[in-house]
Amino acid sequence: MSRLRARTWLFAGSIVCAFLLQLMPLPPLLEPLKPYWIGLVLVYWAIETPERVGLGFAFLLGVSADLLVGELLGEQALRLLVIAFIVLRFRARLRFFPVWQQALAVLALLLNDRIVMLMARGFSGEPMPPSSFWLAPLTGMLAWPFVFLLFDDLRARLRAHE
Amino acid sequence: MPLARTDNATTLFAEGAVSTLRLIVYLACAIGLMVLDHRGNYLESLRRTGGVLIEPVYRLAALPANLARATRTAVATQDQLASENRALREQLLFAQARLNRLDALVAQNARLKGLLDAQKNLGLTVQFARLINVDLDPFRHRIVLDVGASQGIDVGQPVIDAQGVMGQIVEVLPNSSIAMLITDATHAIPVVIERTGLRTIAYGSGAIDELQLPTIPISADVKVGDRLLTSGLGGRFPAGFPVGEVRQVGQDKSGMFIAAVAQPAAALDRSSEVLLLRDQPQPYGPPAPQDEVGPPSDLAGPAPAAAPGTPTP
Repeated sequence: MSRLRARTWLFAGSIVCAFLLQLMPLPPLLEPLKPYWIGLVLVYWAIETPERVGLGFAFLLGVSADLLVGELLGEQALRLLVIAFIVLRFRARLRFFPVWQQALAVLALLLNDRIVMLMARGFSGEPMPPSSFWLAPLTGMLAWPFVFLLFDDLRARLRAHE
Repeated sequence: MPLARTDNATTLFAEGAVSTLRLIVYLACAIGLMVLDHRGNYLESLRRTGGVLIEPVYRLAALPANLARATRTAVATQDQLASENRALREQLLFAQARLNRLDALVAQNARLKGLLDAQKNLGLTVQFARLINVDLDPFRHRIVLDVGASQGIDVGQPVIDAQGVMGQIVEVLPNSSIAMLITDATHAIPVVIERTGLRTIAYGSGAIDELQLPTIPISADVKVGDRLLTSGLGGRFPAGFPVGEVRQVGQDKSGMFIAAVAQPAAALDRSSEVLLLRDQPQPYGPPAPQDEVGPPSDLAGPAPAAAPGTPTP
């Protein structure tokens, strides 16, 4: 029972952390490099615990992210839905990739996410963003191994406590 | 085959837990939300209602940056502090000197205005606000301020710092507010070139240190180094605040206009304290009906059916 509770805490904590990291300012020069933390955390939980993370969860997560940081309600819901769908569809294969291959898959996911974002913003009439817009997926890829190893380690510790 | 699994959820190429149908339903929901919000701007009112939940998150997310700044101040050497102190003292001295000169000008202005019997008063009331150090989106230039509806903040109030105009309030939460900077790609501000008095519009470029002036007539006189002030047209920003300085002058693609690039005067990415202007320079909508002038109507007596233009006794 307490194990389940501890896992739920870890799950909720990771999502709160992702929101806070997303909101945290960086020095202006590094600002475009900020990875899409919410997306990364969603990818992790979709790979590891698909029984918890479905499309409905991704949708709700996206709506709450929009409430917090967004400009248009539903934009991040759409982006996270696409991410969750692709990850869940290829989950069986992604799980057994070595970390560097996973990181490449995450890069592809995040680039796709940028395209979805561009479409959503294009339709709502916003101008093209500058070329540094495309840098964030790269840092997302670099951040993925750390996210993955950190959460794997935390979950292994939780398991060892039992 | 006793070993064969009946559920196909674990095979490598299975559809797994997600079906395309559910994806389509959820995607439709998301797109529906976006369209609704684009039409009706429900997000702002939702955010205002949820302000009690959202504001603490903003403050929490701003904590590490505040902490970092506090640490920097704490570990700054005596030397650095002393030199900063000296620089600030010099600035204060300059500002004081300018103010003194300004006082004389204000007095002179008041006298002249008294002569002209001018009605308009340029007195501005300002409100101090601090930035909450969060970053909503690196590609949209928004800042979060620590004052909101309960401090009397309204949508549309101009935000300035010591050097110039920063932007305007676009969203108000109960105890914080969100301002759009003048460099946001969807922002435009009416300006006037100080040297020549030419009116034009400065558009945000999406880069924090750049404003675009793409529609200056080809015959106009614009030079690098010209200062831009708010023109006060449009009624949102009061006239006469510095906006920026022209950094580069060239032709636009069609060759019909001069396209200039300006650098914002305000420290858009560095200011952590800002001022909010209280008085809207002009109220929105039509002006209030004017008071009747002339003698009271009961003194006028029964109006003679005089032809228009005849002087009344």
